[in-house]
Amino acid sequence: MSEEVMVTSRRELRAGRSTLRARRGVARGYAGWVFLAPAMVAYGMFVLWPLITSIRYSLYNWDGVSTPHWVGLHNYATVFSDSTLLSVIGHSFQLIIYFSLIPVTLGLIVAALMRRVVTGKLGTVARTVLFLPQVVPLVAAGIAWNWVLSSNGALNQILSAVGLGGITRAWLGDFTFALPAVGVIGVWVLLGFCTVLMLVGMSKIDPALYEASQLDGAGPIREFFSITVPGLRQEIGVCVTVTVIAALSAFDIVYISTSGGPGTQTMVPGLEIYQLAFYNREVGLASALAVVLMVLVLICVLPIQWFVNRGGRQ
Amino acid sequence: MRATRGSRYGGTVILMLLTAWTLLPFASLFTAALHPSGTYPSGLSWPSHPQWGNFVQAFNVANMATIFKSSALIVLGVVPVTVLIAAMAGFALGQLRVRGGKLAFGLLLLGLTLPFEGIIVPLYYEVEHLGFLDTRWAIILPLIGLFMPFGVFWMRAHFVNVPSELTEAASIDGASTWQQFWGVHIPLARPALVSLAILTTVWTWNQFLLAVVLVNNPADRTMAGALGAFQGDWGTNVPLLSAGSLLILAPMILIYAVFQRQFLAALLQGAVKG
Repeated sequence: MSEEVMVTSRRELRAGRSTLRARRGVARGYAGWVFLAPAMVAYGMFVLWPLITSIRYSLYNWDGVSTPHWVGLHNYATVFSDSTLLSVIGHSFQLIIYFSLIPVTLGLIVAALMRRVVTGKLGTVARTVLFLPQVVPLVAAGIAWNWVLSSNGALNQILSAVGLGGITRAWLGDFTFALPAVGVIGVWVLLGFCTVLMLVGMSKIDPALYEASQLDGAGPIREFFSITVPGLRQEIGVCVTVTVIAALSAFDIVYISTSGGPGTQTMVPGLEIYQLAFYNREVGLASALAVVLMVLVLICVLPIQWFVNRGGRQ
Repeated sequence: MRATRGSRYGGTVILMLLTAWTLLPFASLFTAALHPSGTYPSGLSWPSHPQWGNFVQAFNVANMATIFKSSALIVLGVVPVTVLIAAMAGFALGQLRVRGGKLAFGLLLLGLTLPFEGIIVPLYYEVEHLGFLDTRWAIILPLIGLFMPFGVFWMRAHFVNVPSELTEAASIDGASTWQQFWGVHIPLARPALVSLAILTTVWTWNQFLLAVVLVNNPADRTMAGALGAFQGDWGTNVPLLSAGSLLILAPMILIYAVFQRQFLAALLQGAVKG
């Protein structure tokens, strides 16, 4: 008797659970969209919609006021044939050297130093300070460096003090050195980010690997290349991705420090889009350049991601 | 450790040099800010009569109180909404696993690499059409949308790792999905929420492009945007410009000093998960 009751109640319980599950299944199916909807609406309105509109604008000749004229791919032809616009795109690739290659390489070395060589207080202080540029507005960084690199600034003062007075100049106003000078600001901004990211990655590498290599008699340099670098594949991938995007989409620093000058020596796509659209009133051409910029970012970033992920699975 | 004395010495020198190099622009701004307003100081030099009054003057001519308030309003408009709707979406994707969620998430991932300049032109005309041009809403609303890829990504990464038994237990207790979210999951997500709030606060405060393009009056901009205008007006007065820049830097450095640990953790986890 009692057993029977228990069986029934268990059956009821099971039945009850399955209705619950079914109900939850509904929630998981569509009702959950109530939770997803606000984010997607905000994203759709202020990212996806302008993204589609950007592509649409790029096919027209439009001054922002009068009736737009359909020109097909003509604006793209201009982007890829106008020598100034091509050089602008070229500049952003040159900036990759400073924004990406140098911070990632140097970050790797500095992190290895902090972890394996200079442990202790100095390492902690250096880490905190190096990361500082990440939190200040890039505009402020631009103003500060503008001052450091000016003809009367700290850099020239230091150069003169060490007997290199002959090479002093207004660095950001110099036709040859303006772009590298902007690049140096990029190194300053991104070095700390890369360093700290590498440090986190290094803390995840199994210390036994280092012990084993020490038993094998490997020196610190070999250790660096055969254990540290391969172990940081993921972090290096992230650093390269983030910094390449920063290089290609540079705007704030250039706007403040050089406005693209002297001439167009430091003009970059971000600033060119801004000037074309809002000063030259060439909305279509600006949009075409914007689309090209976004595609370039994807072309650079996707292979890095693919490379990192494929490596992770092996 | 096993490092030799020589390499330790070399490493120390390298780290000290890099630290000095990182601090150089700040030090240079600071000494310049103390020179008499309107003069052209040279590099790193301590003035004979430090003009601490420059900070007061910069505070006044830049309308610092107004733009500080403006920035705070923009942050208040952006951050709570961003964190809430990103958490809801992260919950939907990571715990509820809604149908079609993969597609939505894929669309959001697309936005992770997007340079803001890519959409700034149509954004201008859209905001103009909506009638928000030259108001703080012109910065607030687009920023919420632009923060969604990272925000949802970040919160989903948190909710994916919460054991689903928690949701099941709560739903057997008869709690509605909203009650589960608000009563069980949100309190547990505190660290992730705090990190997201800190990051979006800093990114909003430092936002320049949207401020410059969408809002003409510096008094309605973010701090960074207002600083751009301040440079335009006072670019030739190095001491005053330096003092103003330092005032605008200060709040972020303060936040960094207080929340340093969360800050580093947030930025780095966010990056690695990305």
